[in-house]
Amino acid sequence: MSEPDFTSDEMMTIAASRALKNSDVCFVGIGAPSAACNVARLTHAPDVTLIYESGTIGTAPQVLPLSIGDGELCDTAVTTVSVPEMFRYWLQGGRVTVGFLGAAQIDRFGNINTTVIGDYDTPKTRLPGGGGAPEIASSCGEIFITLKQSKRAMVDKIDFFTSFGHGEGGDHRQRLGISTKGPTLMVTDLAVWKPDPVTREFTVVSLHPGVTREMVQDNCGWTVRFAEDLAQTSRPSGVELTTLRDLNARTKAAHSGGKTGEAA
Amino acid sequence: MAHFMTLPEAVAQNLKAGDTVAFEGFTHLIPHASAHEAIRQGIKDLTLVRMTPDVVYDQLIGMGAVRKLIFSYAGNPGVGLLRRLRDSVENGWPNRIEIEEHSHAAMANAYEAGAAGLPFATFRGYKGAELARVNPNIKSVTCPFTGEELAAVPAIRPDVTFIHAQKADRKGNVLIEGIVGVQKEAVLAAKRSVVTVEEIVDDLDTHPNACVLPGWTVTAISLVPGGAHPSYAHGYYPRDNASYIAWDKIAADRDRFLAWMKDNVLDATPEDFADRIKHLRSAA
Repeated sequence: MSEPDFTSDEMMTIAASRALKNSDVCFVGIGAPSAACNVARLTHAPDVTLIYESGTIGTAPQVLPLSIGDGELCDTAVTTVSVPEMFRYWLQGGRVTVGFLGAAQIDRFGNINTTVIGDYDTPKTRLPGGGGAPEIASSCGEIFITLKQSKRAMVDKIDFFTSFGHGEGGDHRQRLGISTKGPTLMVTDLAVWKPDPVTREFTVVSLHPGVTREMVQDNCGWTVRFAEDLAQTSRPSGVELTTLRDLNARTKAAHSGGKTGEAA
Repeated sequence: MAHFMTLPEAVAQNLKAGDTVAFEGFTHLIPHASAHEAIRQGIKDLTLVRMTPDVVYDQLIGMGAVRKLIFSYAGNPGVGLLRRLRDSVENGWPNRIEIEEHSHAAMANAYEAGAAGLPFATFRGYKGAELARVNPNIKSVTCPFTGEELAAVPAIRPDVTFIHAQKADRKGNVLIEGIVGVQKEAVLAAKRSVVTVEEIVDDLDTHPNACVLPGWTVTAISLVPGGAHPSYAHGYYPRDNASYIAWDKIAADRDRFLAWMKDNVLDATPEDFADRIKHLRSAA
């Protein structure tokens, strides 16, 4: 048998899913993080607690939600709390170990912009805004980020600091009185990145199979640093691929039909 | 005490030009029918409040009903950006709305402060976040006990809040189930409130800790089955995700948007919502 073929998107989601532990309590961002978190739950981390900001705690959806508040999330949750309670007791209260975020625009220190492209008052593109992200970024124990690489998304200087990563690098978080770790992992469609222990600049620690250093640099707007002991990301296993593809197929069927996808 | 009336009566009696109004619903029970009635009645110059403005706020903005928007996430979740909102902010069509932007934590705390009768909300937030630079309503206070610096935002006190709920009993007590969002706080923070419901029953048939708004906290109740569509009412019909996906193309073009609004809002009635959920009920 030859190794299974997979896309770079699938590699990204699966590599991101591996970062979650069974004991984690994870605040899930919509989009790519949601797929990664549910693949983790359906493979190596069956007891992971997934929280969506709509108030659903310990949810186990059969299909990926289109919004962060699809009924599927509430139906399968351990409990559903109000939004003020979610942000006050659970997030601000320090009970979330990992915040899993996507990004429209990101810099080398993991600062994220989802607010505007261009000037705030006269934007070229008005993006949705921060939602829960500003406080997710400062209140969760640590932050994982997942996004597809492009020069448009990974920029030298972001247009707006929607949520704070490592700021200018170094001990900038501590200087602002933030006690949580901030971004500790970034998974793209090409590589796995971790912050340098001193400068906090994201550094490539592992290339996905078939990816070269040049490909990573060609799809990134800053000069990329690579770890000395650069590794290769393990290929998706058969179970990981099947789990992700089944999840995507169920999701596509449910959303196109206007159903929430309850099991028959 | 809650008064039962038709939705056109409830909107006409409770929403005036220039009001600060919240049509709340956090990804569930979004009061589409009420907002459509406000559009039909041509009520303008509104300050809209909502944590997650989505399709129905895109419609209010595109129809020129809005002067200012107070919000924390404006998007069509899982689909994309709000194209009518973008056209207003980027190009000034049909008018350039004013923006007051917060985080979810800030808005949730501000509604809670409104419900609690406090002038402002405090929480640990906005650290390193640039919204504090562009929004003068984001300030800070120092904890008198620990010296910790905390974020502060003004309480939200709408003139009127509209919500949609599953059911009311004949005394006007309202039950909200599922993802309850911030609706209880939004009603208790407001001077007036209008609730549309899926059904009116003799007995709410619920448990002691359910999310119930006593009838004396609600101004008006209107029976509008399907009134959340294309949002959903847990236990009644699922979210019409296909409609949310379709909205992206409708809103992309000004003429197509206006034609859709004429057919589906201006020339429609609250009773039309019941038809829009028929296919969803059978699918659920």
